[in-house]
Amino acid sequence: MKKLVAYFVVVVLILFAGCVWAQDTIRIGANLEMTGAVAAYGQMIWEGINLVREIVGDEVLGKKVELVLVDNKSDKVESANAATRLIDKDKVVAMIGPAISGSMLAVGPICEEKQVPVISATATNPLVTQGKKFVFRACFLDPYQAAAAAVFARNDLKAETAAILSDIAQDYCVALGNFFKEEFEKRGGKIVVEQNCKTGDQDFSAQLTTIINANPDILYVPNYYTEIALISRQARDLGFEGIILSADGADAPELFEVGGDAVEGLYHTAIWDATKGLNEVGQKYIDLYKEKYGKDPNMFGALGADAYLILIDAIKRAGSTDPVAIRDAMEDTADLDVVTGKVTIENGDALKPVVVRKVEGGKFNFVKTVAVE
Amino acid sequence: MSGAEKRDLLLTGLLLCLLMLGVWWAQTHLNAYLIRIFNTACIYVVAATAYNLVNGITGQFSLGPNGFMAIGGYTVALLMLPMTQKQEVYFLQPLMWPFNAFSFPPSLFLLALLLGGLLAALVAILIGVPTLRLRGDYLAIATFGFGEIIIVLANNFIPLTNGALGIKGIPEYTNLWWTVGWAFWTVFVLKNLVNSSFGRALKAIREDEVAAEAMGINLFRHKLLAFALSGFFAGVAGGLFVTLISTVSPTLFTFTMTFNLLIIIVLGGLGSLTGSTITAVLFAFLQEGLREVEAPHTIGSWTFPGIPGMRMVVFSVILVILMIFYRRGLFGRWELSWQEVLNLLHRGKKTHGKS
Amino acid sequence: MMNWTTFFQQLMNGISVGSLYALLAIGYTLVYGILGLINFAHSDVFMLGTYFAFFLIGVFMLPWWLSVIIGMGLCALVGMTIERVAYRPLRNAPRISALITAVGVSFFIENLGLVTVGARPKGFPRPELMKNVYFIAGARIQGVTFWVPLFSIAILLVLFYLVYRTKMGMAMRAVSKDMETTRLMGVNVDRIILYTFALGSALAGIGGVLWACKYPQINPLMGTFPGWKAFTAAVVGGIGNVVGAMIGGFIIGLAEIMIVAFFPNLTGYRDAFVFALLIVFLLVKPSGVMGETLKEKV
Repeated sequence: MKKLVAYFVVVVLILFAGCVWAQDTIRIGANLEMTGAVAAYGQMIWEGINLVREIVGDEVLGKKVELVLVDNKSDKVESANAATRLIDKDKVVAMIGPAISGSMLAVGPICEEKQVPVISATATNPLVTQGKKFVFRACFLDPYQAAAAAVFARNDLKAETAAILSDIAQDYCVALGNFFKEEFEKRGGKIVVEQNCKTGDQDFSAQLTTIINANPDILYVPNYYTEIALISRQARDLGFEGIILSADGADAPELFEVGGDAVEGLYHTAIWDATKGLNEVGQKYIDLYKEKYGKDPNMFGALGADAYLILIDAIKRAGSTDPVAIRDAMEDTADLDVVTGKVTIENGDALKPVVVRKVEGGKFNFVKTVAVE
Repeated sequence: MSGAEKRDLLLTGLLLCLLMLGVWWAQTHLNAYLIRIFNTACIYVVAATAYNLVNGITGQFSLGPNGFMAIGGYTVALLMLPMTQKQEVYFLQPLMWPFNAFSFPPSLFLLALLLGGLLAALVAILIGVPTLRLRGDYLAIATFGFGEIIIVLANNFIPLTNGALGIKGIPEYTNLWWTVGWAFWTVFVLKNLVNSSFGRALKAIREDEVAAEAMGINLFRHKLLAFALSGFFAGVAGGLFVTLISTVSPTLFTFTMTFNLLIIIVLGGLGSLTGSTITAVLFAFLQEGLREVEAPHTIGSWTFPGIPGMRMVVFSVILVILMIFYRRGLFGRWELSWQEVLNLLHRGKKTHGKS
Repeated sequence: MMNWTTFFQQLMNGISVGSLYALLAIGYTLVYGILGLINFAHSDVFMLGTYFAFFLIGVFMLPWWLSVIIGMGLCALVGMTIERVAYRPLRNAPRISALITAVGVSFFIENLGLVTVGARPKGFPRPELMKNVYFIAGARIQGVTFWVPLFSIAILLVLFYLVYRTKMGMAMRAVSKDMETTRLMGVNVDRIILYTFALGSALAGIGGVLWACKYPQINPLMGTFPGWKAFTAAVVGGIGNVVGAMIGGFIIGLAEIMIVAFFPNLTGYRDAFVFALLIVFLLVKPSGVMGETLKEKV
């Protein structure tokens, strides 16, 4: 028995002893959800990163950029382990962090302590960057996005009343619903009913019936595309005729596949408009994506590409591979051209205008950009 | 105390000193990645041996340890979270009384862990009273149900748990001293328990409940106590976890956690605490080591693309194969004791002498 | 509060969902009755049914009805394979081992699905029939809500005939009452068990397809919660009893919809209610609504 254990321990130690041969590359970690509950997001982000590397090349400061991908299984503990591994074993100088806020919350303190910058493509929970110097995000914050939605609802859609149906099991949805309500009521609107659902739910008829009875002008559904499509379908089937407004979680081609004609006329706030690039690199990205995959690019890939571009630009400006210098350069990012437009980093957060889009004819159409004063 | 028992205690004490030396060395010489894995491994040891007490030693099939870990985890989080964090984190709905009124200083970490464990044990008793009367598979279903109910509560009871948003900024008090310490303590307590008359009663219950009852063993009381103890240590493990990764949310303690523990105790041998301990450590390392299975490999000029997710597929296949062909697991019901160690050493000496 | 139209809508919905749970519950109850095993992998066969149909329709361009029938056949094959490979070797092993194996098989299928088709949900192509909207008694009823229970009930009737009016069915019921005696009477017990799995899995397959017609979104983990609710239905109705499973399915389906309809604030706790109901039944009346109380022989 003891021998067996000894052998195992030796084998395991070998696995770790075999480390990194010294190479003249710049290593950037990719701590992504490649499996597990939100594998879809991690996979899309990884797609985006690799795609933009084809456009801008994979070198900076004369050295090759090596991406070290580690799967965090959509799990907090794994994300933390992955972060520690990337920093200690793979010696990355910077990291692209998990897609979901929950996992970023576990990764942030580690990167902060080790002083290695980490940027998440899509984590929108405000708590993620709060009080941290080394934690960044490439997307806007939930409060800002939800406020923009409320502004649009009041000013442009002229809505007086609204109902909210949000997923109580997703921090992203809960926060959005909350901030939308705050802003909507601040601007004189009235929330007539709030209902909850849960991730994985497939039947919303009970909640929707209650909502329809309250007769709101707008139904705010800040969920992920999986639920939005089903909810829209059931809402229309049950006779809801108001406007459905959603958040950036709607941005996926599956919305049409599943939603069909039920999602016609749906509005949503987004990070960008995937049909027309706002700058050269954006347009190139869209064209390349369409060429490779035959459909419109999604927001996750685009934000992944943004995160990568922000990192590379910071390394260039810092002129060194010292993580602290990279971090300082990242904080100084201003008006950088990325795939989704221009971005400026402030206190770790990305300042970007919110885009509103509408589903028409089975496609997303750009409506306008909204700013919150 | 007999001579053998005195000797055993001495050897255990020696082991403890060795471990402490080891931890002291590790803290200064090992990189953070390895330390993190060791921490995770020790936490798994605490949780797995406690789980084995119920499933392996007493033969009661429970599928709910994740719930108890969640209770312990959230309790410790709520007690240790500094007041400023409480304001920040609970931005949707303020934290309810009494937790919004105080917060433990670092010196009371042990107390927080004990309270977490106690609360989990209490809930275990509450759950155990009705359900431990059930037969094997029904007990499994009932405990699974309770585990899921606890998660649902965690998701929905926002003033207490902050719902899906979870709690962040929990100070990271856990370090190798704590985890190794608790792992040692848990195994020590459980080992002594199993070797006592109480432990023998549990094993009797596992072998044949009817016969055990006929022998005068109070089935219910023994099962409940085992269940409560298991809950206690699971709660402590949860608390240690939460202070290791500094955040907690309902997704941390889903059924996957139970599945992991199940694999550990089955692989190690249902009924062998030694087995669970060793397999728990192995498991923590395997989880990281098996990344190689998923990473892309380049041999010569061919690149095999990595297949993320193969880890879980491999685990489940291993579990099924184990159950069909090698149900005993690695160690069956064998327990390592000091007597065995000494025998091995003596045998070694003897053969040496002969040649 | 609630007017008649809304109530009627919810009722139809409850019946619709309930019939799906009934289809799924029968698989659980058949296997438990015969082997005393909770087949955790059953919910994954349910999921496989939807994917088989999805690929047959989408990739092979087969007509809808043909895809479903082939899909059912494939599910039956999968069920039989699982029995032969994973459960039969453990026929005489302690129940815990078989249970753990079932959990392992379930995880295996789910993760294999995640690795092969990925986690992203796919849209399921609804047949034209289901897309219509009917107006009954002033309430708006989708085609799906209407046809799904009709199809389900038709299938349940066929099943009823199979179990209670054919020789195979009689053999199944005999084996679940007393395996040894049935074996002594010359019945090939192994074959009957295979047949049971095939039947249950085929039902899961068609149940999955009908589910996907109602909720046209499929992903590898979609079977978990419907599986638990169907199992609860089987227990509530009386585990081991086919009619009980059917009744249990409707009870759970209606309860689920009605709780959320009347207490919308408790939606988040919906699953907790189902589990609580399960536990209560296990404790208070484990034989369920239709079952007989079993005594443990000393």
